[in-house]
Amino acid sequence: MLARLRKPWPDTRAERLLGAVSCLLGVLVVGMIVFVAVHGWPSFEHNGLSWFGSGESPESSFQAMQAAGPNPPASAYHLRAWPLLYGTLLTTVIAVAFAYAVSLFASIFIVELAPERLRRITIPVIRLLASVPSVLYGLIGVLVLVPFVGNHLVTAAQKESVASTIELTGAGLLVTVVILTLMIAPIMIALTCEALAAVPSSWREGAIALGLNPLRAIMAVTVRAARPAIVAAAVLATARGLGEAIMISMVSGGKAFAPNLEHGLLVFLYSPLRTFASTIVDFHEGISAPALESSLYAFALLLLLGGFVLSVCGYLIKLPLRKYQVRG
Amino acid sequence: MSTLVPFDYGEPRVMQTGRGRRSSPMGWRWRDRLALVAAWTAGLSLCLIAAAIVGYFAVRGVQYLRPSLVFSRPQVSANQAGSGGFLDPLLGTLLLTAIGILLAVPLAVTTAVWVSEYGRPTWLSRVIESCIEIVAGTPDIVIALFGLVVFQLSFMGPFSVTAEGGGVYGRSFIAAGSMMSLIALPPIFAATRDGLQAVPNHMREAAFALGKTRITTIRRVLLPSVRSNMATGVTLGISRIIGDTAIVVLLLAETTRIEPQNSVPILGLLRGTGSTLTSFVYNNSPAGEGAAPQKAYAAAVVLLLFVLGLNLLVERIGRHQQRATGLSAAAGVV
Repeated sequence: MLARLRKPWPDTRAERLLGAVSCLLGVLVVGMIVFVAVHGWPSFEHNGLSWFGSGESPESSFQAMQAAGPNPPASAYHLRAWPLLYGTLLTTVIAVAFAYAVSLFASIFIVELAPERLRRITIPVIRLLASVPSVLYGLIGVLVLVPFVGNHLVTAAQKESVASTIELTGAGLLVTVVILTLMIAPIMIALTCEALAAVPSSWREGAIALGLNPLRAIMAVTVRAARPAIVAAAVLATARGLGEAIMISMVSGGKAFAPNLEHGLLVFLYSPLRTFASTIVDFHEGISAPALESSLYAFALLLLLGGFVLSVCGYLIKLPLRKYQVRG
Repeated sequence: MSTLVPFDYGEPRVMQTGRGRRSSPMGWRWRDRLALVAAWTAGLSLCLIAAAIVGYFAVRGVQYLRPSLVFSRPQVSANQAGSGGFLDPLLGTLLLTAIGILLAVPLAVTTAVWVSEYGRPTWLSRVIESCIEIVAGTPDIVIALFGLVVFQLSFMGPFSVTAEGGGVYGRSFIAAGSMMSLIALPPIFAATRDGLQAVPNHMREAAFALGKTRITTIRRVLLPSVRSNMATGVTLGISRIIGDTAIVVLLLAETTRIEPQNSVPILGLLRGTGSTLTSFVYNNSPAGEGAAPQKAYAAAVVLLLFVLGLNLLVERIGRHQQRATGLSAAAGVV
């Protein structure tokens, strides 16, 4: 048997075998989407479009779902997920906006400005930041940043002003966004660096020869030419931010509350929230209740579709680069 | 969508404008000076933040990490002094990594070879590549939920913890490990594919001229020459598995100790539950039930040491590569 395997394989058989394994992988991925969709569908089915609306707080809905037991009536599927959707979008959008600025300048620094010796330090550092597990970021957040914000930044008056609805402990939007920015910036830097390095340096040199100062040349030529790839990097990083679960579940304060600017900017920043991904982590214990299970899979389905749409967007944004023949 | 870029971005290009009057930032417009300052600040502050994180954990490690913690098993106890260490989570991490990598490598390498060496019909290979991109972009928490569906199917009972009445919990080392292989798959695939595409065509032609078939060429010529790319991919895959929490929390961490399902030597262990360093940190942090920050810190330091070690390894392997792996592979982007 082994001797037969050791003999050179006929080429056609090898091709079919390798192709079959690859197709298996494809089937697995399609299966994943189908499974998640099938399990999440009842939640959408019973709520219709008001699923996305606001109303009863998701936590009390989840409790009702768990209480409904193994054969829930249709009414047990009741869910108004707006606070979660809002929390997800809010954290991701703010974090991506900050990370965009940071990563643009950091990439310019790495590719164009840093002296060789400094660059040799910076690149491994970015790689390290990208590979620190999210639970460690969460640990720093929950043991260092949250107590700091709770003890030193949140004032008693602010706690008083919203005491009827939420408790300001320090865990909330601000800490979440800060750490999320730190987590997705390395991804954006990595992609932005590649894009900037792929722009022919003769273009920038030409601009300098025409009298632009070096930095203006970078901004006007290199960054401009690589802009689609930079935006695509931001889009990819958005997908990453949407799905971050553990870290947000640790530092976001765990209350499905839609932070509201009416309470004042600072209270807004300290407000607790939940995102789709962190809700899945927080409530996975009760997943044996079918109604709750369906809700959690509905969140997962949204994350899956969101990621898919974003990656298609990233691809489309980068299309114009082809005409420059710039690798992105 | 390439993961491998020349590591060497060339000489720092801007500040040396050759002979003649050097452009001094003092003479620039304030906007450009501001941008210059912003770029330096961004680059340096990221370095400082990383140094702060590593330094902070180093201090905590000196404070709380004791050899007795690493080598003692966790105990169920009311007070912290009696609750033991994290030997089981450490072993759980290693076991889970082994399962994940063993499952991911054959699948990823086979697919990469097929996509880059055969890839017919073209549309199919595009579809497969897109599928892997989808996996790469899927949050780990969604993959964990998918694993829960699959391993709770009743015919998957033999692979996980089963209750008395035949109910399938869908939690076991096999369940978590196979989902981990999905996490590790994209970096291995991307590194191998890019390595294969970087192999010059004349190597293939020389092998064909010697009368080798395609598959023999792949086995004897191409795969050996992309060995270091594969090693980079595997290392990145390992560091993703080690760092993942969501899958462990949903699919494995029923118990802190490694609890084999039955007394069958290896199968019982694989069907059993346990925990990893990440879930240990999560459960002992104020976010989990344990609320034992000292233990969480100690385990976190060990985890960070693993991550640092793997980073160094990537660096070392990359140095021997013709086209070293750039940053984006580290970011896990296909």
